[in-house]
This record gives sequence, structure tokens and C-alpha cells, in this order.
Amino acid sequence: MDLFEFQGKQFFAQYGIPVSPGEVAETVDDAVAAAERLGYPVVVKAQVQVGGRGKAGGIKLASNVDEAREHASDILGMDIKGHVVRILWIEKASDIAEEYYASFTLDRSAKKHLGMLSAQGGIDIEDIAATNPEAIARIHVDPVDGLTEAQCRAWVEEAKLNPAATEGAVSILIKLYRAYVDGDADLVEINPLILTSDGSVHALDAKVTLDDSADFRHLEREAWQGVADLDPRDALAKEKGLQYVGLDGNVGVIANGAGLAMSTCDVVNQVGGAPANFLDIGGGASAAVMANALEVINADPRVEAIFINIFGGITKGEEVANGIVEALGRVEIKSPIVIRLDGTNAEEGRAILKSHESDRLISHPTMVGAAKRAVELAGTGPSGPSKRGTGPDRRGA
Amino acid sequence: MSIFVNKDTKLIVQGITGGQGRFYALRNRDYGTQVVGGVNPMKAGQDVEGIPVFGSVAEARDATGGTATMILVPAPAAPAAVLEAAEAGMELIVCLTEGIPAHDEAHFFNKVKRDFPKSRILGPNCPGLVTVGECNIGFIPAEVAKPGGPVGIVSRSGTLTYQALAELGHKGIGVTTCVGIGGDPVPGTSFIDCLEAFQADPDTKAVIMFGEIGGTAEEEAAEFIASKMDKPVAAYVAGVTAPPGKKMGHAGAIVSGGKGTAQGKMDALREAGVRVGLNPTEVGDIMAEVVASL
Repeated sequence: MDLFEFQGKQFFAQYGIPVSPGEVAETVDDAVAAAERLGYPVVVKAQVQVGGRGKAGGIKLASNVDEAREHASDILGMDIKGHVVRILWIEKASDIAEEYYASFTLDRSAKKHLGMLSAQGGIDIEDIAATNPEAIARIHVDPVDGLTEAQCRAWVEEAKLNPAATEGAVSILIKLYRAYVDGDADLVEINPLILTSDGSVHALDAKVTLDDSADFRHLEREAWQGVADLDPRDALAKEKGLQYVGLDGNVGVIANGAGLAMSTCDVVNQVGGAPANFLDIGGGASAAVMANALEVINADPRVEAIFINIFGGITKGEEVANGIVEALGRVEIKSPIVIRLDGTNAEEGRAILKSHESDRLISHPTMVGAAKRAVELAGTGPSGPSKRGTGPDRRGA
Repeated sequence: MSIFVNKDTKLIVQGITGGQGRFYALRNRDYGTQVVGGVNPMKAGQDVEGIPVFGSVAEARDATGGTATMILVPAPAAPAAVLEAAEAGMELIVCLTEGIPAHDEAHFFNKVKRDFPKSRILGPNCPGLVTVGECNIGFIPAEVAKPGGPVGIVSRSGTLTYQALAELGHKGIGVTTCVGIGGDPVPGTSFIDCLEAFQADPDTKAVIMFGEIGGTAEEEAAEFIASKMDKPVAAYVAGVTAPPGKKMGHAGAIVSGGKGTAQGKMDALREAGVRVGLNPTEVGDIMAEVVASL
């Protein structure tokens, strides 16, 4: 789960990391009231889970009540890269002397935690990494040993921050590592970490991604659920407990297993179409799960044809087929369906589907053949495989 | 020959009394795997269809001589189960459990590597492995596969592993060992570990590798193939259409910052001399050509 900035700051505060005082507001009046309580100048910040909100005009400084009102009404409802601003964070403005960057994440290659610290903060770390990699001091932390203060101090020195920031930075980084580990985060990032004119160090932004697998031991996370910034299709799928990612094409995809689901999207693309989504129904495709999956696909107005790609492993073909037939009885499907069923007892499964086949339900024995059929049925309408699709033009991205 | 497991492997099942543990323990035994014991501290002394249940992995090892373990306990209990297996000297720890927090995986991987260097972890969140005709540990439906080689298979994804076995099975091409390393952030066994073992295995003459987006494991494997392998490799990488920054089901399947894309991985593999197919079927066709020319 990605946290909004204000949630990330609440998360940081739980671990003693200093953040600027601020308040959440969902209306202009609430934003103005918050600004009055905090005292000017304040910063009015759009809460969206997408980068580049500053450039888009989603962060504004307000020196008085009129400016606070003006900025709050401008920013609320603003569309930032497809994310509509529904929440504002009103924060006491800071007197910034220097801006740094700090983060912890897992280095999958090294299989250890990776800390990154740079005296050049405030801008995109990937730009720094690309143009001036020496400007980032890196430290690998063995998860068994953890981060010691001595290691942390050496790391801060290597990053060549202003000496005035050393003590504050060491203290924050130790706490940030604790937040990362004890909070079960995939990523904690402070950009910028600031040194103020009066010599204090604190987090001016918070980017936190939590590991959903650890939800079972973090009941405090419930407060952050439900305000997530999701595509409505993603939100419905999440509610149904499905692994779903919305894409831009018009062929709805349902498969079992993440690898096969990705591969199915690839094959649709390869035969000249564009997938509308990635959807993994997981192992054991029951009728209920299949019905939920079809319901999610059906709710997507982009979808012109559906490609169900099942490789029966432990799940037997006839069970999958029965599930699909049962699901079709429960949900009225707007688009034609092409099914490819392979693996354990695939023949039995196909035999069951046979009596239900029509021009709306087509069975095809191979993955590539079925993908072609689905792409033909989807056609190349306005939402078809166009330039804005997920086609080869995006491969280099 | 084969890699990691064979007909002599004696398997202990941690979590054998649970629904999944019981189902796969029996299924693996039906395949021919020597399932010698199970573990559940609350049910020691009982048995599951004739498989004795012990109170700990160490007790099961002492009583049965088991050296490999399959873990099918819920995610919150899995890290302790892995460490218990390592402490009991298990040479192979196959952790099938999914949904283990990444920090736990990183912790037990490093702990086992440091304190129990003779233990190999496979997974977590993997489908297991099978040496065809000899020993099946985990979920892989290997009934369609023909034993004896010459092909070895390694894959990050479960269903694509099955797909690879089926492609070769339909063509009548045999398989030595098929390993599903899993898609989690900290896999205990990497592509390189498997490639190295396949390179050393005399019965494996060619290798199929199925990767997916995210991380840099495929790129590292490509480097290994270029410098250390002379056996032919055919590969497929899933996720060409995956948008950057989105998780595609597997914790491992995420593209970020322009790194770990399917295209980048395919390019790296091609540069290493690997023949890359654009879908699993194409890889099967490529492997048929490779095997014919061996």
C-alpha cells in the first residue's frame, strides 16, 4: 500500500521522526481554518499518489488567509496526471537552508537493505543517480545485524552533508531505519530532508510504501485503508480480493497465476491487440472467483472481448470449465469470451464447455490462437490498440 | 542425474496436518517422493495416511534420516519454520508459503546463509521442484513430463513452470529437473544457482529459463550464462506489456524507474547468446530445435 504524504508523516511521527506540523483538509473552509490555527506562512499541498505535483501547481505557499483560500480552492479538484485532488495537507512553512535526500529499500540483488543518502535533495533521485551517481552515498545493511550508530555516522559523513546537519541526520536515519523495519515498509523516502536556518533537521516530505504481506501484524494500518487513490476498476477488483491492474487496451484478460496472466497480456500485445487489464485469479479457480473476475472485467467500458487463459495445474480442467459455466449463469457478460484451457484434464474441461459454445463463448486450444481470436473480436475501435496503448512503443519505457 | 533432489531424497513436511500440507504431502508421495515424516508440535505421535508426525524437525530427522523439508505453514509461522529446518541441518528447505513479509524473508535468508551455509532455501512463495520420475516436492503437476532429460527448467512463475513442462511433454522431450524459484523479493535460490547446477549436471544438456519483469535477476543470469555456461539456454520473459511502477501480482513483478523491464531483460539474454521466445510456446519450439541438434 502506498501512503499519501500526510499518512507517511503520521507514520514517521510514530517512530519519532520530526515532521512539520500540519493538518488534513477536504474542503476549502477546513483548509483555511487549518491555516489559521497553524499560523502563516503555510504550504497548501495536494495529496495525490503521483510524482510531479509541485510542477503541476499542486504545492503553493500561502502568506495570509486570502492566499490560503485561493490556493486551497485552486488545488482541490485539480487533475494531476489523472489523479483528482480530494485531500489537502496544510503545513507550517519551513525556513529551508539545505535540501537532502534519504531512503531505505530492499536491494534484491544484494538481498540486503539499501540506504541512500544525498546532499543533493529536492529533485528526482533517479536524475541524480543517472547524472551524478557519486552524489549518492549508499549503505548496505544486513537485516540480521541492523544499522548501528557508528555505521550511520560514517554514512552521513560520506554523503558530505553540511556539518551542522550531522547530528540531526544521524538521529533521523536511525529512526527511519527503525520505521522501515518495524513498520514493514517496502520503501521509506524523505525528499527533501531539510536543514533549516536555525540548524534543525526534519522531514519535509514522506513517501512510504508498506508491504501488504505484513498487514496481519499491523492493525494500526486500518486507519489508512479506504482512502487509497485507486483507479475505479482497481478499487472494485481490490474489494473482490483479485490481483488486478488496469491497462489501456480493449481485450479483458483473466488467467491463473501472475506469470501466466502477464504472459497472456504479452501474447495479446504480440498478435496486434492491447490488454485492458492484468487479472490473476490465482490457483483453484472456483465458480465464485471466476464470477467475481468476470464482473470486474464486465464493469470496464473499454473491454470489447474477453480472453480467459487457464492452465490447469493442480486445478483440474473440468472444475475450471464448470466454474466458467456457473459464472456465466450468474453474471450477464457484455463482450464475447474466448477460452483457452490447457493442462490437467483439459479435454474433459473442453467437453463441458462444448455444449455452451456459441459466437459469444469460443473455445480455442492454444494460447496464441485464442489471443488472435480475442483480438479479432475486440476489433480496433476507438479504445482499440491505438498509439496510446500498451504496445511496443512503450517497451523502452 | 538431476539437480538438488533425486529418488533417494527423504522429505519431511512441516505443516503436514494442515489442509494443504496433507494434500501435497500425499500427492508428492503418490508421485514417488519418499515422504518420510511430518512435523506438528501439537500432533506428535499421530500419522497422516501412514506418514508419522513428529514434534520437531530435529526429531523427524533423527527418526527418519530426512534431509529435505517442505514448508506449508501459514505466513506468520513460516520464518520460524525455515530457521528450525536450518538448525536441524536440512540440506534443502522448500518454502511454498506465500505472503511472507519481505523483511522476514530478508532476515531468514541472511541468517541461514551466515549460520547454516549448508542449507539451501528454495522459495518462499514458489511452486517447488521436481526431478521427473523421481522426486516431486511441492505443487508442480509433473505427470505430463517425460523423465531423463536432456532439458532442465528454471522459472520464477508457477503457472509458467507448468506451461514449460507441458510444452516439452507434448513434444515428447524429457526433463531432468524443473525448479520454480518463486517471484518473491528474496528468493532463497536464484536463477544463477540453478544454472550453475544444470551446467554441472551431465544429464542436462540444455536449459529453459522463464523470467519475468522486476529486479535484475534475469540480467545477472545473462551475465552468468555468457561467462560460465556452454550448454544452450532458451528463455522467455513475461511482462512486456506491464506498465512501470505497478505490481503485477507477484511481489517480485514490478517495474520501476525504467529498470527491470521485460525488453531490457530479453536484450541482456540475447546478448548472452540465449535464444529468446516471445511466448512460452515459442520457447518450446526453440527447445525442440535445440534438442534435435544436440
